[in-house]
Amino acid sequence: MEPKDHIDNTINHLFRQESGKMVAVLIKIFGTENIELAEDVVQDALVSALETWKYRGMPDNPRAWLYRTARNKAIDIIRRKKHSKTIDFSDPERKLLTSEYTLANTMKDFWKEQHIQDDFLAMMYACCHPDISQENQITFILKSLCGFSTKEVAKSFLTAEDTISKRLYRTKEYFRKNKIRPAIPFPEEIGTRTSAVLSAIYLMFNEGYNSTHDDQLIRKDLISQAMWLCKSLLDSAHTQLPEVYALMSLMCFHTARVDSRITEQGALILLPDQNRSTWNTELIRLGGNYLNQAAFGDTLTTYHLEAAIAYQHCTASSYKATNWKEILKYYDLLLHIDNDPIVSLNRCLILLELHGPEEALEAIKEIKDHKILDKYYLYHAILGEIHERLIQLNTAVEHYQQAIQLTQSKPEQNCLQQKIARILN
Amino acid sequence: MKQFMFLFKGGDDVWDAKSTEEQNAHMEEWMQWIGQMAEQEKYVGGERLYPAVKTVHPGGTKVTDRSFVEAKELVGGYITVMAETIEEATEMAKGCPGLQWESSVEVREVWPDEA
Repeated sequence: MEPKDHIDNTINHLFRQESGKMVAVLIKIFGTENIELAEDVVQDALVSALETWKYRGMPDNPRAWLYRTARNKAIDIIRRKKHSKTIDFSDPERKLLTSEYTLANTMKDFWKEQHIQDDFLAMMYACCHPDISQENQITFILKSLCGFSTKEVAKSFLTAEDTISKRLYRTKEYFRKNKIRPAIPFPEEIGTRTSAVLSAIYLMFNEGYNSTHDDQLIRKDLISQAMWLCKSLLDSAHTQLPEVYALMSLMCFHTARVDSRITEQGALILLPDQNRSTWNTELIRLGGNYLNQAAFGDTLTTYHLEAAIAYQHCTASSYKATNWKEILKYYDLLLHIDNDPIVSLNRCLILLELHGPEEALEAIKEIKDHKILDKYYLYHAILGEIHERLIQLNTAVEHYQQAIQLTQSKPEQNCLQQKIARILN
Repeated sequence: MKQFMFLFKGGDDVWDAKSTEEQNAHMEEWMQWIGQMAEQEKYVGGERLYPAVKTVHPGGTKVTDRSFVEAKELVGGYITVMAETIEEATEMAKGCPGLQWESSVEVREVWPDEA
């Protein structure tokens, strides 16, 4: 590898890993009313790193170098803005930044390892405040905590860059107006607040996992960032909750199969046809470990059950050998927690495997909220499958065609087209 | 509560004679001392001064490059704090780490007090 490439790669990696943490610490120093200032300092530190390392080579500890540079830049800004109203120095935590007697040491304190980790988690909880829409939560997390550029965030959501800028602006305004002080929630509310964080992480993950993008890099980035955020929760004693382990386990199982779901040309491969030897056994093992760790206390979340289902799929030697009975039990438990029509729909697929198309069709008729389902491509895809097995081929084709109308995803459309072609030939 | 100013005087020679590590360790003690007052919400603010001095003498025409006073009287910085009485402020001043490095602390009430 050329030295320059090596530096670029290291910077890219460091940027993703550390920029969010540095932003979190700097937001603590400058206040949530100065998020841009915090982001600018991080940006500056990265530019300095790139310029300096290019000439002098990489330092022994690039991370420490980066932190020290950001810290010194923060000191410069504090000195410059001491008499302006930008930063609220009346805050007791910031008072000691105003005097040279205490500035340097107070600053050092802000950058202690334990504080960095806590500030980062606190920022995650702040981003996932219930008053901020989930869309805006994830946008902000990707931009500020995961070091995505606005362009990359726009790509992740298949949205225009302006839309992303607007979302970011709204979230920053929310922080500014409400003078939000990021903090890890107290034990009495850690459960509900963590559930909001986990659902943002899972949504980010699914954006990468299910997404319709052609851009493989962005998809892998989303998946790895979601897992990294979840891992940071597991690294802190305050936030090691059973549901966090469960989600981590679920993401490991899904990720283990991610490469087998799509051909090199971007076509979908369905579970029965996936090459199980390409599944990542290390991730399946890890997922199993996390699932064991998730089994403490009396918390049973949808993540636990979804992970248990994914575990059954991952450990079945073939599609035929899948333990559908066990999986059906988990679906029943899932419906017990939340009577979600989409879950009911997926349960019908299990019934189809276990008891055949008649029973599956009965069950699908019993699901409430048909109006919602009627607009959902998977509903028609499943009905198509059931009718195909019942050898009611015309009805099957009709449903497949309706499903094609209802999905935006090219690979899914192609997959459904193939099914129609299979029937017609 | 009244406001008091601590004027730190002298000790520059001692400071200059110390190594960077010793100076850093010393500043850590200042941090502890001021930090404790800040935790009790008694710390207001303050500044450190460089030792270079120009003195404008009475009348306003004569300027010298040195201080009016001896080195041990030279003000090296100040902080302001809140206290009920000058006695309480004086007790607080006794914790100043500079006292171990040949500085003295002059305690003065800020005029007028914020009644």
